[in-house]
Amino acid sequence: MGSHTVLSRDADPGALPVTLEVNGAAVSLPVAPYVTLLDLLRERLQLTGTKKGCDHGQCGACTVLVDGKPINSCLKLAVTADGARVTTIEGLASNGRLDALQRAFIEHDAFQCGYCTPGQICSAAALVAEGIAFTRDEVREYMSGNLCRCGAYPNITDAVMDVLQRDALQQQPEPDT
Amino acid sequence: MNRFDYERADDVAQAIGLADRAMANAAESVGQARFLAGGTNLVDLMKEDVERPRTLIDINRLPLRAIEELPDGGLRLGALATNAETADHPVVRARYPVLSSAILSGATRQLRNAATNGGNLNQRTRCCYFYDTATPCNKRTPGAGCGALGGFTRMHAILGASEHCVATNPSDMAVALAVLDARVRVSGPQGERTIPLADYHRLPGDQPWRDNNLAAAELVTAVDLPPGDFSAHYTYLKLRDRLSYAFALVAVAVVLARDDAGRCTDVRIALGGVAHKPWRVPDAEALLRANAPDRALFEQVAARMLDGAVGLGDNDFKIELARRAIVRALEQAASGRPQSHTDKRIA
Repeated sequence: MGSHTVLSRDADPGALPVTLEVNGAAVSLPVAPYVTLLDLLRERLQLTGTKKGCDHGQCGACTVLVDGKPINSCLKLAVTADGARVTTIEGLASNGRLDALQRAFIEHDAFQCGYCTPGQICSAAALVAEGIAFTRDEVREYMSGNLCRCGAYPNITDAVMDVLQRDALQQQPEPDT
Repeated sequence: MNRFDYERADDVAQAIGLADRAMANAAESVGQARFLAGGTNLVDLMKEDVERPRTLIDINRLPLRAIEELPDGGLRLGALATNAETADHPVVRARYPVLSSAILSGATRQLRNAATNGGNLNQRTRCCYFYDTATPCNKRTPGAGCGALGGFTRMHAILGASEHCVATNPSDMAVALAVLDARVRVSGPQGERTIPLADYHRLPGDQPWRDNNLAAAELVTAVDLPPGDFSAHYTYLKLRDRLSYAFALVAVAVVLARDDAGRCTDVRIALGGVAHKPWRVPDAEALLRANAPDRALFEQVAARMLDGAVGLGDNDFKIELARRAIVRALEQAASGRPQSHTDKRIA
Protein backbone atom coordinates (compact mmCIF):
# COMPACT_ATOMS: atom_id res chain seq x y z
CA MET A 1 0.00 0.00 0.00
CA GLY A 2 1.22 3.47 -0.76
CA SER A 3 0.98 6.66 1.23
CA HIS A 4 -2.33 8.50 1.19
CA THR A 5 -3.97 11.43 2.86
CA VAL A 6 -7.51 11.29 4.18
CA LEU A 7 -9.27 14.62 4.20
CA SER A 8 -11.37 15.59 7.19
CA ARG A 9 -15.06 15.19 6.51
CA ASP A 10 -16.16 16.79 9.73
CA ALA A 11 -13.97 19.86 9.59
CA ASP A 12 -13.30 20.55 13.26
CA PRO A 13 -11.60 23.83 14.11
CA GLY A 14 -9.70 22.07 16.91
CA ALA A 15 -8.39 19.31 14.66
CA LEU A 16 -4.68 18.59 14.72
CA PRO A 17 -2.55 16.94 12.06
CA VAL A 18 -1.87 13.29 12.90
CA THR A 19 0.51 11.04 11.01
CA LEU A 20 0.45 7.30 11.57
CA GLU A 21 1.82 4.20 9.95
CA VAL A 22 -1.19 1.91 9.75
CA ASN A 23 -0.53 -1.65 8.59
CA GLY A 24 2.56 -0.47 6.76
CA ALA A 25 0.96 2.51 5.02
CA ALA A 26 1.60 6.13 5.95
CA VAL A 27 -1.59 8.00 6.84
CA SER A 28 -1.91 11.74 7.52
CA LEU A 29 -5.14 13.42 8.50
CA PRO A 30 -6.55 16.13 10.74
CA VAL A 31 -8.10 14.70 13.90
CA ALA A 32 -10.11 16.37 16.65
CA PRO A 33 -8.50 15.82 20.06
CA TYR A 34 -11.48 13.92 21.50
CA VAL A 35 -11.35 11.22 18.80
CA THR A 36 -10.07 7.85 20.00
CA LEU A 37 -7.69 5.74 17.96
CA LEU A 38 -10.52 3.18 17.72
CA ASP A 39 -12.93 5.66 16.15
CA LEU A 40 -10.20 6.95 13.86
CA LEU A 41 -9.48 3.44 12.59
CA ARG A 42 -13.12 2.49 12.12
CA GLU A 43 -14.80 5.72 11.05
CA ARG A 44 -12.07 7.57 9.18
CA LEU A 45 -9.89 4.78 7.78
CA GLN A 46 -12.69 2.23 7.32
CA LEU A 47 -10.63 -0.41 9.12
CA THR A 48 -13.69 -1.98 10.73
CA GLY A 49 -11.97 -5.24 11.67
CA THR A 50 -11.14 -3.65 15.01
CA LYS A 51 -14.32 -3.81 17.08
CA LYS A 52 -15.95 -1.48 19.57
CA GLY A 53 -17.26 -3.60 22.44
CA CYS A 54 -17.50 -1.81 25.77
CA ASP A 55 -15.61 1.36 24.73
CA HIS A 56 -14.17 1.47 28.28
CA GLY A 57 -11.09 -0.76 28.19
CA GLN A 58 -12.85 -3.68 29.80
CA CYS A 59 -13.49 -6.13 26.96
CA GLY A 60 -10.43 -5.98 24.68
CA ALA A 61 -12.40 -6.12 21.42
CA CYS A 62 -10.60 -2.93 20.32
CA THR A 63 -7.09 -4.32 20.90
CA VAL A 64 -4.55 -3.18 18.30
CA LEU A 65 -0.77 -3.09 18.33
CA VAL A 66 0.82 0.33 18.79
CA ASP A 67 4.57 0.14 18.17
CA GLY A 68 4.20 -3.60 18.58
CA LYS A 69 2.41 -3.51 21.95
CA PRO A 70 -1.25 -4.46 22.41
CA ILE A 71 -3.36 -1.64 23.83
CA ASN A 72 -7.05 -0.75 24.10
CA SER A 73 -7.56 1.61 21.16
CA CYS A 74 -10.80 2.86 22.75
CA LEU A 75 -8.86 4.56 25.57
CA LYS A 76 -6.17 6.15 23.44
CA LEU A 77 -6.85 9.59 22.05
CA ALA A 78 -5.66 9.48 18.45
CA VAL A 79 -3.69 12.73 18.77
CA THR A 80 -1.48 11.00 21.35
CA ALA A 81 -0.63 8.29 18.79
CA ASP A 82 0.92 10.78 16.35
CA GLY A 83 4.02 9.19 14.84
CA ALA A 84 3.12 5.67 15.98
CA ARG A 85 3.11 2.41 14.04
CA VAL A 86 -0.31 0.79 14.31
CA THR A 87 -1.13 -2.79 13.37
CA THR A 88 -4.73 -3.95 13.19
CA ILE A 89 -6.23 -7.33 12.32
CA GLU A 90 -6.22 -6.22 8.67
CA GLY A 91 -2.43 -5.95 8.82
CA LEU A 92 -1.60 -9.52 9.84
CA ALA A 93 -2.16 -11.36 6.58
CA SER A 94 0.52 -11.01 3.93
CA ASN A 95 0.24 -11.55 0.18
CA GLY A 96 -3.30 -12.77 0.60
CA ARG A 97 -2.27 -15.50 3.05
CA LEU A 98 -3.60 -15.49 6.62
CA ASP A 99 -0.94 -15.51 9.30
CA ALA A 100 -0.31 -18.52 11.52
CA LEU A 101 -2.58 -17.32 14.33
CA GLN A 102 -5.47 -16.57 12.00
CA ARG A 103 -5.16 -20.06 10.50
CA ALA A 104 -4.91 -21.63 13.97
CA PHE A 105 -8.07 -19.84 15.12
CA ILE A 106 -9.90 -21.35 12.15
CA GLU A 107 -8.39 -24.81 12.65
CA HIS A 108 -9.30 -24.85 16.34
CA ASP A 109 -12.75 -23.31 15.93
CA ALA A 110 -11.62 -20.59 18.35
CA PHE A 111 -14.72 -18.40 18.01
CA GLN A 112 -18.45 -18.51 17.65
CA CYS A 113 -19.80 -15.02 16.90
CA GLY A 114 -16.35 -13.68 16.05
CA TYR A 115 -16.80 -10.23 17.56
CA CYS A 116 -13.90 -10.55 20.00
CA THR A 117 -11.68 -12.40 17.52
CA PRO A 118 -9.72 -9.48 15.99
CA GLY A 119 -8.77 -8.30 19.48
CA GLN A 120 -7.97 -11.84 20.62
CA ILE A 121 -5.67 -12.37 17.63
CA CYS A 122 -3.92 -9.01 18.08
CA SER A 123 -3.23 -9.86 21.73
CA ALA A 124 -2.06 -13.34 20.76
CA ALA A 125 0.24 -11.90 18.08
CA ALA A 126 1.98 -9.80 20.72
CA LEU A 127 2.11 -12.75 23.10
CA VAL A 128 3.88 -14.88 20.50
CA ALA A 129 6.25 -12.07 19.51
CA GLU A 130 7.17 -11.15 23.09
CA GLY A 131 7.97 -14.71 24.12
CA ILE A 132 6.97 -14.30 27.76
CA ALA A 133 4.03 -16.72 27.98
CA PHE A 134 4.43 -20.43 27.32
CA THR A 135 2.02 -22.47 29.44
CA ARG A 136 -1.78 -22.52 29.20
CA ASP A 137 -1.99 -20.65 32.51
CA GLU A 138 0.42 -18.01 31.26
CA VAL A 139 -1.49 -17.63 28.00
CA ARG A 140 -4.78 -17.24 29.85
CA GLU A 141 -3.29 -14.66 32.21
CA TYR A 142 -1.67 -12.69 29.35
CA MET A 143 -4.97 -12.63 27.46
CA SER A 144 -7.29 -11.93 30.40
CA GLY A 145 -8.01 -8.51 28.91
CA ASN A 146 -9.82 -10.11 25.95
CA LEU A 147 -13.31 -11.26 26.90
CA CYS A 148 -15.21 -13.80 24.83
CA ARG A 149 -18.88 -13.84 25.76
CA CYS A 150 -19.43 -16.96 23.65
CA GLY A 151 -16.99 -18.68 25.99
CA ALA A 152 -14.58 -19.97 23.35
CA TYR A 153 -11.65 -19.68 25.75
CA PRO A 154 -10.55 -23.35 25.65
CA ASN A 155 -10.30 -23.29 21.86
CA ILE A 156 -8.68 -19.84 21.83
CA THR A 157 -6.05 -21.16 24.23
CA ASP A 158 -5.62 -24.27 22.04
CA ALA A 159 -5.05 -22.09 18.98
CA VAL A 160 -2.45 -19.91 20.71
CA MET A 161 -0.68 -22.92 22.24
CA ASP A 162 -0.57 -24.57 18.82
CA VAL A 163 1.23 -21.58 17.31
CA LEU A 164 3.57 -21.28 20.29
CA GLN A 165 4.51 -24.95 20.01
CA ARG A 166 5.05 -24.76 16.26
CA ASP A 167 7.30 -21.73 16.87
CA ALA A 168 9.24 -23.66 19.50
CA LEU A 169 9.73 -26.61 17.12
CA GLN A 170 11.02 -24.31 14.40
CA GLN A 171 13.51 -22.75 16.78
CA GLN A 172 15.02 -26.06 17.84
CA PRO A 173 18.49 -26.61 16.35
CA GLU A 174 18.79 -29.05 13.48
CA PRO A 175 19.69 -32.52 14.77
CA ASP A 176 23.21 -33.71 13.92
CA THR A 177 23.23 -36.06 10.96
CA MET B 1 -17.06 13.35 26.58
CA ASN B 2 -16.93 17.11 27.04
CA ARG B 3 -15.00 19.24 24.57
CA PHE B 4 -11.64 20.43 25.88
CA ASP B 5 -8.57 22.38 24.87
CA TYR B 6 -5.71 20.09 23.97
CA GLU B 7 -2.14 21.21 24.63
CA ARG B 8 0.99 19.22 23.95
CA ALA B 9 4.05 19.84 26.10
CA ASP B 10 7.63 19.01 25.10
CA ASP B 11 9.32 19.38 28.47
CA VAL B 12 8.50 19.45 32.17
CA ALA B 13 8.70 23.23 32.59
CA GLN B 14 6.34 23.78 29.66
CA ALA B 15 3.85 21.23 30.99
CA ILE B 16 3.80 22.85 34.42
CA GLY B 17 3.52 26.32 32.89
CA LEU B 18 0.54 25.25 30.78
CA ALA B 19 -1.15 23.65 33.80
CA ASP B 20 -0.43 26.67 35.98
CA ARG B 21 -1.97 29.03 33.42
CA ALA B 22 -4.99 26.78 32.85
CA MET B 23 -5.60 26.60 36.61
CA ALA B 24 -5.15 30.35 37.09
CA ASN B 25 -7.60 31.13 34.31
CA ALA B 26 -10.22 28.76 35.62
CA ALA B 27 -12.85 29.96 38.06
CA GLU B 28 -12.34 26.85 40.14
CA SER B 29 -9.15 24.83 39.97
CA VAL B 30 -10.73 21.42 40.68
CA GLY B 31 -10.90 19.47 37.46
CA GLN B 32 -10.07 22.36 35.18
CA ALA B 33 -6.78 21.08 33.79
CA ARG B 34 -5.45 17.55 33.69
CA PHE B 35 -2.17 16.05 32.56
CA LEU B 36 -2.75 13.27 30.02
CA ALA B 37 -0.35 10.33 29.91
CA GLY B 38 -1.64 6.83 29.10
CA GLY B 39 -5.22 8.00 29.62
CA THR B 40 -6.46 4.59 30.74
CA ASN B 41 -8.28 6.05 33.75
CA LEU B 42 -8.75 9.69 32.70
CA VAL B 43 -10.18 9.06 29.20
CA ASP B 44 -12.51 6.44 30.63
CA LEU B 45 -13.75 8.87 33.29
CA MET B 46 -14.22 11.56 30.64
CA LYS B 47 -16.37 9.20 28.59
CA GLU B 48 -18.52 8.72 31.70
CA ASP B 49 -18.74 12.50 32.22
CA VAL B 50 -17.18 12.03 35.67
CA GLU B 51 -14.08 14.00 34.69
CA ARG B 52 -14.80 17.13 32.65
CA PRO B 53 -11.44 18.88 32.26
CA ARG B 54 -11.42 22.17 30.38
CA THR B 55 -7.82 21.56 29.32
CA LEU B 56 -5.85 18.40 28.68
CA ILE B 57 -2.08 18.76 28.70
CA ASP B 58 -0.52 15.86 26.80
CA ILE B 59 2.74 14.99 28.57
CA ASN B 60 3.60 11.91 26.51
CA ARG B 61 6.53 13.66 24.81
CA LEU B 62 8.24 14.61 28.05
CA PRO B 63 11.60 12.84 28.54
CA LEU B 64 10.41 10.88 31.58
CA ARG B 65 10.35 7.36 30.19
CA ALA B 66 13.69 6.02 31.45
CA ILE B 67 14.23 3.46 34.19
CA GLU B 68 17.75 4.03 35.46
CA GLU B 69 19.98 2.99 38.31
CA LEU B 70 20.94 5.74 40.75
CA PRO B 71 24.44 6.38 42.12
CA ASP B 72 23.30 5.33 45.60
CA GLY B 73 22.24 1.91 44.28
CA GLY B 74 18.55 2.75 44.04
CA LEU B 75 16.40 2.71 40.93
CA ARG B 76 14.57 5.64 39.33
CA LEU B 77 11.31 4.77 37.57
CA GLY B 78 10.40 7.46 35.08
CA ALA B 79 6.87 8.77 35.42
CA LEU B 80 6.17 7.93 31.78
CA ALA B 81 7.66 4.43 31.83
CA THR B 82 4.69 2.15 31.34
CA ASN B 83 3.54 -0.25 34.01
CA ALA B 84 4.49 -3.14 31.67
CA GLU B 85 7.99 -1.77 31.07
CA THR B 86 8.45 -1.37 34.81
CA ALA B 87 7.21 -4.85 35.72
CA ASP B 88 9.34 -6.44 33.00
CA HIS B 89 12.51 -4.43 33.77
CA PRO B 90 15.40 -6.76 34.68
CA VAL B 91 16.47 -4.74 37.74
CA VAL B 92 12.89 -4.54 39.05
CA ARG B 93 12.49 -8.29 38.56
CA ALA B 94 15.83 -9.06 40.21
CA ARG B 95 15.84 -6.70 43.20
CA TYR B 96 12.26 -5.47 43.67
CA PRO B 97 10.15 -8.47 42.56
CA VAL B 98 7.29 -7.44 44.87
CA LEU B 99 6.76 -4.48 42.55
CA SER B 100 6.85 -6.60 39.44
CA SER B 101 4.42 -9.07 41.00
CA ALA B 102 2.02 -6.34 42.14
CA ILE B 103 1.94 -4.61 38.77
CA LEU B 104 1.42 -7.87 36.89
CA SER B 105 -1.49 -8.77 39.18
CA GLY B 106 -3.30 -5.59 38.17
CA ALA B 107 -5.39 -4.67 35.12
CA THR B 108 -4.57 -6.37 31.79
CA ARG B 109 -1.64 -6.53 29.39
CA GLN B 110 -3.28 -3.89 27.20
CA LEU B 111 -3.85 -1.49 30.09
CA ARG B 112 -0.37 -2.05 31.54
CA ASN B 113 1.14 -1.30 28.13
CA ALA B 114 -0.57 2.10 28.07
CA ALA B 115 -0.72 3.05 31.76
CA THR B 116 2.31 4.91 33.11
CA ASN B 117 3.87 4.93 36.56
CA GLY B 118 2.83 8.53 37.19
CA GLY B 119 -0.65 7.80 35.91
CA ASN B 120 -0.96 4.71 38.08
CA LEU B 121 -0.24 6.83 41.17
CA ASN B 122 -2.72 9.45 40.01
CA GLN B 123 -5.57 7.17 38.97
CA ARG B 124 -8.62 8.19 40.92
CA THR B 125 -9.39 6.58 44.26
CA ARG B 126 -12.88 5.45 43.43
CA CYS B 127 -15.90 3.23 43.77
CA CYS B 128 -18.84 2.33 41.54
CA TYR B 129 -20.89 5.24 42.90
CA PHE B 130 -18.14 7.65 41.84
CA TYR B 131 -18.69 6.35 38.30
CA ASP B 132 -22.48 6.47 38.49
CA THR B 133 -23.49 10.07 37.84
CA ALA B 134 -27.10 9.23 38.77
CA THR B 135 -26.05 8.86 42.41
CA PRO B 136 -24.55 11.45 44.77
CA CYS B 137 -20.78 11.43 45.40
CA ASN B 138 -18.75 13.78 47.56
CA LYS B 139 -15.71 13.02 45.43
CA ARG B 140 -17.44 14.16 42.25
CA THR B 141 -19.44 17.00 43.77
CA PRO B 142 -18.23 18.21 47.17
CA GLY B 143 -21.11 18.22 49.63
CA ALA B 144 -23.45 16.13 47.46
CA GLY B 145 -23.47 13.14 49.82
CA CYS B 146 -22.29 9.55 49.45
CA GLY B 147 -24.24 7.02 47.42
CA ALA B 148 -22.19 4.13 48.76
CA LEU B 149 -23.31 4.58 52.36
CA GLY B 150 -26.48 2.52 52.55
CA GLY B 151 -25.69 1.09 49.12
CA PHE B 152 -23.77 -1.93 47.86
CA THR B 153 -20.40 -1.92 49.64
CA ARG B 154 -18.63 -5.17 48.81
CA MET B 155 -15.59 -3.34 47.38
CA HIS B 156 -15.44 -0.54 49.95
CA ALA B 157 -13.07 0.51 52.71
CA ILE B 158 -12.78 -1.06 56.15
CA LEU B 159 -10.02 1.25 57.38
CA GLY B 160 -9.48 5.01 57.39
CA ALA B 161 -12.80 5.89 55.79
CA SER B 162 -14.95 8.87 56.74
CA GLU B 163 -18.64 9.72 56.67
CA HIS B 164 -17.88 11.55 53.42
CA CYS B 165 -16.23 8.74 51.45
CA VAL B 166 -15.66 4.99 51.75
CA ALA B 167 -13.90 4.41 48.40
CA THR B 168 -10.66 2.43 48.08
CA ASN B 169 -7.57 3.13 46.04
CA PRO B 170 -7.34 0.32 43.48
CA SER B 171 -3.62 0.56 42.64
CA ASP B 172 -1.61 -2.61 43.17
CA MET B 173 1.59 -0.80 42.21
CA ALA B 174 1.16 1.72 45.04
CA VAL B 175 0.84 -1.06 47.63
CA ALA B 176 4.19 -2.53 46.55
CA LEU B 177 5.77 0.94 46.43
CA ALA B 178 4.56 1.45 50.01
CA VAL B 179 6.58 -1.51 51.34
CA LEU B 180 9.59 -0.43 49.29
CA ASP B 181 9.52 3.02 50.96
CA ALA B 182 9.51 4.58 47.49
CA ARG B 183 9.76 8.33 47.09
CA VAL B 184 7.69 10.27 44.57
CA ARG B 185 9.54 13.06 42.79
CA VAL B 186 7.33 15.94 41.74
CA SER B 187 7.92 19.21 39.95
CA GLY B 188 5.66 22.23 40.14
CA PRO B 189 5.44 26.01 39.90
CA GLN B 190 7.27 26.27 43.25
CA GLY B 191 10.08 23.91 42.18
CA GLU B 192 10.87 20.30 42.87
CA ARG B 193 10.16 18.20 45.94
CA THR B 194 10.05 14.58 47.02
CA ILE B 195 7.07 12.97 48.74
CA PRO B 196 7.43 9.66 50.61
CA LEU B 197 4.95 7.17 49.15
CA ALA B 198 3.27 6.86 52.55
CA ASP B 199 2.40 10.57 52.42
CA TYR B 200 1.42 10.69 48.76
CA HIS B 201 -2.17 9.46 48.91
CA ARG B 202 -4.68 10.83 51.39
CA LEU B 203 -7.44 9.50 53.58
CA PRO B 204 -10.80 10.99 52.58
CA GLY B 205 -11.51 13.00 55.75
CA ASP B 206 -13.78 15.91 54.87
CA GLN B 207 -12.08 16.53 51.50
CA PRO B 208 -12.61 13.22 49.69
CA TRP B 209 -12.14 14.82 46.27
CA ARG B 210 -8.42 15.12 47.09
CA ASP B 211 -6.89 11.71 46.40
CA ASN B 212 -3.31 12.79 46.96
CA ASN B 213 -1.15 15.62 48.24
CA LEU B 214 -0.06 17.06 44.90
CA ALA B 215 -0.49 20.82 44.73
CA ALA B 216 -2.14 22.51 41.75
CA ALA B 217 -0.07 22.12 38.55
CA GLU B 218 2.40 19.75 40.22
CA LEU B 219 3.58 16.89 38.02
CA VAL B 220 5.03 13.52 39.05
CA THR B 221 8.38 13.13 37.26
CA ALA B 222 9.68 9.87 38.74
CA VAL B 223 9.41 7.33 41.52
CA ASP B 224 12.67 6.47 43.28
CA LEU B 225 13.21 3.06 44.84
CA PRO B 226 15.77 2.95 47.65
CA PRO B 227 18.85 0.75 47.29
CA GLY B 228 18.54 -2.83 48.41
CA ASP B 229 17.76 -6.34 47.32
CA PHE B 230 14.24 -7.32 48.35
CA SER B 231 14.14 -10.60 46.45
CA ALA B 232 14.70 -13.19 49.19
CA HIS B 233 11.56 -12.66 51.26
CA TYR B 234 8.58 -11.01 49.63
CA THR B 235 5.08 -11.66 48.38
CA TYR B 236 2.16 -9.87 46.78
CA LEU B 237 -0.97 -11.77 47.73
CA LYS B 238 -4.04 -10.43 45.96
CA LEU B 239 -7.50 -11.83 46.68
CA ARG B 240 -10.32 -10.92 44.32
CA ASP B 241 -13.64 -12.02 42.87
CA ARG B 242 -12.10 -13.13 39.54
CA LEU B 243 -8.69 -14.75 39.02
CA SER B 244 -7.52 -11.98 36.69
CA TYR B 245 -8.47 -8.42 35.78
CA ALA B 246 -10.29 -7.56 39.01
CA PHE B 247 -9.59 -5.09 41.76
CA ALA B 248 -8.43 -6.52 45.06
CA LEU B 249 -10.90 -7.29 47.78
CA VAL B 250 -7.79 -7.47 49.94
CA ALA B 251 -4.16 -7.37 48.84
CA VAL B 252 -1.09 -7.76 51.03
CA ALA B 253 2.45 -6.76 50.08
CA VAL B 254 5.28 -7.94 52.30
CA VAL B 255 9.04 -7.54 52.18
CA LEU B 256 11.18 -8.73 55.03
CA ALA B 257 14.80 -9.46 55.84
CA ARG B 258 16.13 -12.16 58.16
CA ASP B 259 19.50 -12.43 59.87
CA ASP B 260 21.65 -15.57 60.07
CA ALA B 261 19.73 -16.73 63.13
CA GLY B 262 16.46 -16.44 61.18
CA ARG B 263 15.16 -13.42 63.08
CA CYS B 264 13.38 -10.66 61.18
CA THR B 265 15.56 -7.60 60.91
CA ASP B 266 13.24 -5.58 58.70
CA VAL B 267 9.54 -6.15 58.06
CA ARG B 268 7.19 -4.05 55.99
CA ILE B 269 3.56 -4.86 55.29
CA ALA B 270 1.01 -2.89 53.28
CA LEU B 271 -2.62 -3.63 52.53
CA GLY B 272 -4.47 -2.77 49.35
CA GLY B 273 -8.20 -2.75 48.66
CA VAL B 274 -9.09 -1.78 52.22
CA ALA B 275 -8.62 2.00 52.41
CA HIS B 276 -8.34 5.26 50.52
CA LYS B 277 -4.56 4.65 50.38
CA PRO B 278 -2.07 1.81 50.86
CA TRP B 279 -2.38 0.85 54.53
CA ARG B 280 0.73 0.46 56.67
CA VAL B 281 0.90 0.17 60.45
CA PRO B 282 4.48 0.65 61.72
CA ASP B 283 3.52 -0.52 65.24
CA ALA B 284 2.36 -3.83 63.82
CA GLU B 285 5.57 -4.28 61.80
CA ALA B 286 7.60 -3.57 64.95
CA LEU B 287 6.06 -6.62 66.65
CA LEU B 288 8.06 -8.84 64.30
CA ARG B 289 11.36 -7.02 64.36
CA ALA B 290 14.14 -8.92 66.13
CA ASN B 291 11.86 -11.93 66.49
CA ALA B 292 11.81 -15.27 64.73
CA PRO B 293 8.83 -15.46 62.38
CA ASP B 294 6.11 -17.62 63.84
CA ARG B 295 2.40 -18.04 63.22
CA ALA B 296 1.28 -16.81 66.65
CA LEU B 297 3.24 -13.63 66.10
CA PHE B 298 1.77 -13.24 62.61
CA GLU B 299 -1.70 -13.41 64.16
CA GLN B 300 -0.77 -10.59 66.54
CA VAL B 301 0.58 -8.52 63.67
CA ALA B 302 -2.62 -9.04 61.69
CA ALA B 303 -4.78 -8.06 64.65
CA ARG B 304 -2.73 -4.90 65.19
CA MET B 305 -2.89 -3.97 61.50
CA LEU B 306 -6.67 -4.26 61.56
CA ASP B 307 -7.15 -2.25 64.74
CA GLY B 308 -10.16 0.00 64.15
CA ALA B 309 -11.40 -1.87 61.05
CA VAL B 310 -15.11 -1.31 60.50
CA GLY B 311 -17.36 -3.05 58.01
CA LEU B 312 -20.28 -1.41 56.22
CA GLY B 313 -22.35 -4.59 55.93
CA ASP B 314 -21.55 -6.09 52.53
CA ASN B 315 -17.82 -5.81 53.17
CA ASP B 316 -17.75 -7.10 56.77
CA PHE B 317 -16.09 -10.26 55.45
CA LYS B 318 -13.06 -8.24 54.40
CA ILE B 319 -11.93 -7.86 58.02
CA GLU B 320 -11.58 -11.61 58.52
CA LEU B 321 -10.29 -12.04 54.96
CA ALA B 322 -7.62 -9.40 55.58
CA ARG B 323 -6.63 -11.02 58.88
CA ARG B 324 -6.09 -14.38 57.21
CA ALA B 325 -4.41 -12.82 54.17
CA ILE B 326 -1.87 -10.99 56.33
CA VAL B 327 -0.94 -14.22 58.14
CA ARG B 328 -0.68 -16.13 54.86
CA ALA B 329 1.36 -13.40 53.19
CA LEU B 330 3.78 -13.29 56.11
CA GLU B 331 4.16 -17.07 55.89
CA GLN B 332 4.83 -16.82 52.15
CA ALA B 333 7.41 -14.08 52.57
CA ALA B 334 9.17 -15.62 55.57
CA SER B 335 9.51 -18.98 53.82
CA GLY B 336 10.66 -17.43 50.54
CA ARG B 337 7.67 -18.79 48.60
CA PRO B 338 5.97 -15.76 47.03
CA GLN B 339 2.48 -15.98 45.55
CA SER B 340 2.47 -16.84 41.84
CA HIS B 341 0.17 -14.85 39.58
CA THR B 342 -0.07 -17.47 36.88
CA ASP B 343 -0.66 -20.45 39.14
CA LYS B 344 -3.50 -18.85 41.07
CA ARG B 345 -3.58 -21.37 43.88
CA ILE B 346 -2.75 -19.70 47.18
CA ALA B 347 0.68 -21.01 48.15
